[in-house]
Amino acid sequence: MRERGIDSYLNGVRKLDALMGYIKFNQRTAEIDASDLKHKELNDLMRYCALKGARKIVLKNVCGQRYIGTRLYFPNDIKLEIEIYGTPGNDLGAFLNGHKIIVHGNAQDGIGNTMNDGEIIVEGRGGDVVAMAMRGGRIFIKESVGYRAAIHMKEYKDKVPVLVIGKTSQDFLGEYMAGGIVIILGIGLKKEKHYAHYIGTGMHGGVIYLRGKVEDYQLGKEVGVVEMDDDDWKILEKHVGDFAKYFGYELDDLLSGKFMKLIPVSKRPYGKIYAY
Amino acid sequence: MKSYLLNDFIVERIEDRCIDCGACIQQCSFGVFSRDKDGKIKIQEEKCVGCLRCVIFCPTKALIVRPNPTTYRPNSYWTREVIQDIKKQAETGGVILTGCGNDKPFKVYFDHILLNASQVTNPSIDPLREPMELRVFLGRKPDRLEIEFNGADDVEIKTELHPNLVAETPILFAGMSYGAISYNAFKALAMAAAEFGTYFNTGEGGFPKELREKYGKHAIVQCASGRFGVDPEYLNCAAAIEIKIGQGAKPGIGGHLPGEKVTEKISETRMIPEGTDALSPAPQHDIYSIEDLSTLIYALKEATNYEKPVAVKIAAVHNVAAIASGMVRAGADIIVIDGFRGGTGASPKIIRDHVGIPIELAIAAVDRRLRQEGIRNKCSIIASGGIRCSADVVKAIALGADAVYIGTAALIAMGCTMCQRCHTGKCSWGICTQDPNLVKRLNPKEAAKRLVNLLRGWSLEIKEMLGGMGINAIESLRGNRDQLRGVGLEEWELEVLGIKGAGE
Repeated sequence: MRERGIDSYLNGVRKLDALMGYIKFNQRTAEIDASDLKHKELNDLMRYCALKGARKIVLKNVCGQRYIGTRLYFPNDIKLEIEIYGTPGNDLGAFLNGHKIIVHGNAQDGIGNTMNDGEIIVEGRGGDVVAMAMRGGRIFIKESVGYRAAIHMKEYKDKVPVLVIGKTSQDFLGEYMAGGIVIILGIGLKKEKHYAHYIGTGMHGGVIYLRGKVEDYQLGKEVGVVEMDDDDWKILEKHVGDFAKYFGYELDDLLSGKFMKLIPVSKRPYGKIYAY
Repeated sequence: MKSYLLNDFIVERIEDRCIDCGACIQQCSFGVFSRDKDGKIKIQEEKCVGCLRCVIFCPTKALIVRPNPTTYRPNSYWTREVIQDIKKQAETGGVILTGCGNDKPFKVYFDHILLNASQVTNPSIDPLREPMELRVFLGRKPDRLEIEFNGADDVEIKTELHPNLVAETPILFAGMSYGAISYNAFKALAMAAAEFGTYFNTGEGGFPKELREKYGKHAIVQCASGRFGVDPEYLNCAAAIEIKIGQGAKPGIGGHLPGEKVTEKISETRMIPEGTDALSPAPQHDIYSIEDLSTLIYALKEATNYEKPVAVKIAAVHNVAAIASGMVRAGADIIVIDGFRGGTGASPKIIRDHVGIPIELAIAAVDRRLRQEGIRNKCSIIASGGIRCSADVVKAIALGADAVYIGTAALIAMGCTMCQRCHTGKCSWGICTQDPNLVKRLNPKEAAKRLVNLLRGWSLEIKEMLGGMGINAIESLRGNRDQLRGVGLEEWELEVLGIKGAGE
């Protein structure tokens, strides 16, 4: 008798042997047709392909499958390139460990959740909680992202995560941000005005570069606006340069607008609320 | 501003015993003792927290520390504590912080429950002479086992089993992060867990790299709202992963490790810059629902190739049974329920003392609910928060837990005296501090020995109690409420606990 499933992830998951028909190998490139694969089945196959020597995996007809890239942690440091056609599901590249993911389309919530290293490029929009607790690597989103992007991003020494957003975000961008770099370019915004509120609430590390306008009331009270200096422009040139390259923009056009630099007022925003 | 607070303690020095060696000056990390300009020992009682380090280390037993007998006019409503707290806040305008668990005189259900023993009709078992099984398997269990017999010696389990933790005793060490506790205390817990064949929990402060190879197999690593030090290597080096939603000492709120405690080593382990506040937000911002919890559970299973059980820890709160059901349905292999007596390195006192429910009621409610829904086998339950002795362990298991976590009891074994000043970072016992001179006071080897001794003592006692009941395996006690009777409990309490009154 079959095990009673009580959640949707494992019900009816087929064994790896039954899924071989979904893979096409071409030397070191594997193509997987994801059209009727479950979350786990797709990730089983991707892991199998990587272990079989594939270094590039092309996923066709992706339709909401979650955790793409997550099960590719290998102690011997294999690095893959993953190309996705269709719409990947939540937690794309969660805990990602150095792989490169390109999405030809939109992606859903939780892109790069607690990502460690690597690169995610989305040629469309991202959902909520993009780059939550991200620790390293880079994420490029061509259009906008939803609520709570870059929450609790953090950095340590040379491990500095970067999130570049082409258009804009919803509320709570960079809430509790503890490190890393967020660049938000405002491309195609009406009157260049961003609409997010509570930007950087509770921020205590890292930096947000914002092209376009925000009013004071849109900022969390733990952030301050400071002048850009030469180092800031170098950072922008590097990451916005790659953004322009990936999505076909001119770097000079993107850097021409007015940038605001937001940093935390204190490394210890809540140091004074306690009676010892 | 002049402080109107009364001293909590008075410190007396017995002159004719004191040899003026100055050990008290050296031992007290709160600055109570000093020498005046004539070289005489001066005592500033207002600084005393009652940790008793000086008393234990005074070579001639010349010190007495006791609660200050000076009182306000006795008042059973406006108590001394209430008055003192108001004065403190009037002087500082801040949230009052404290450490350790809820110390208020709420009813202790463990103390209203008595255990059974076999007499005449069923023989008791002598654990000294007969085998007694304390080993527990923690994780999801299959609905049924298919077994294939191919001759006498060849028996094969056909059912695919889920990953389980195997603990040699139903006692694990609760999540205490490196940062909240010292490196030496953290290491002692790891060493003791490895030696005894049980598990320790890293809390959410990361797992120092040099300890991973040796102690990873006995580590449960936490993934909490701050996600400190969480990377694929951290997740994969451990025996299991625990998603921390809440903790009994401070349900519903986050944690702030103050910047001054984020030393170089802690910053490396948590992977944040030195001197920055380590802020753990109140919720995990990718979990706003059971469905979101499920997403993270499976993200962690994906990240570890489905090789490790995933636990979810919550504080015991109202509707805990319904929440637990959701957690199991979300895919949790182990659920941890932390009662309102659970300890902490720092919590707002008002939260610690007023939020949450007793673990005894929570465990009984959760176990019953999962049984009613037919999903009890899908998870193991770890009871946590205020387990003080082996009888509490036995009662918690008989109420429905698979195992327990101990935090406070483990700290006490290492030297903690429950002075509740963990949040000051000045722990004179070297447990809850990052001051290198204080940390040195705790020798990890010796502390681990004390912990192993405690586990051994409790395990022997559990065997005795089990034997008395005529039970030879701890797994036969799980949810075995027939072995429990209540005294001094009301009808509704007996009903929630699912036990009969004594004499029934």
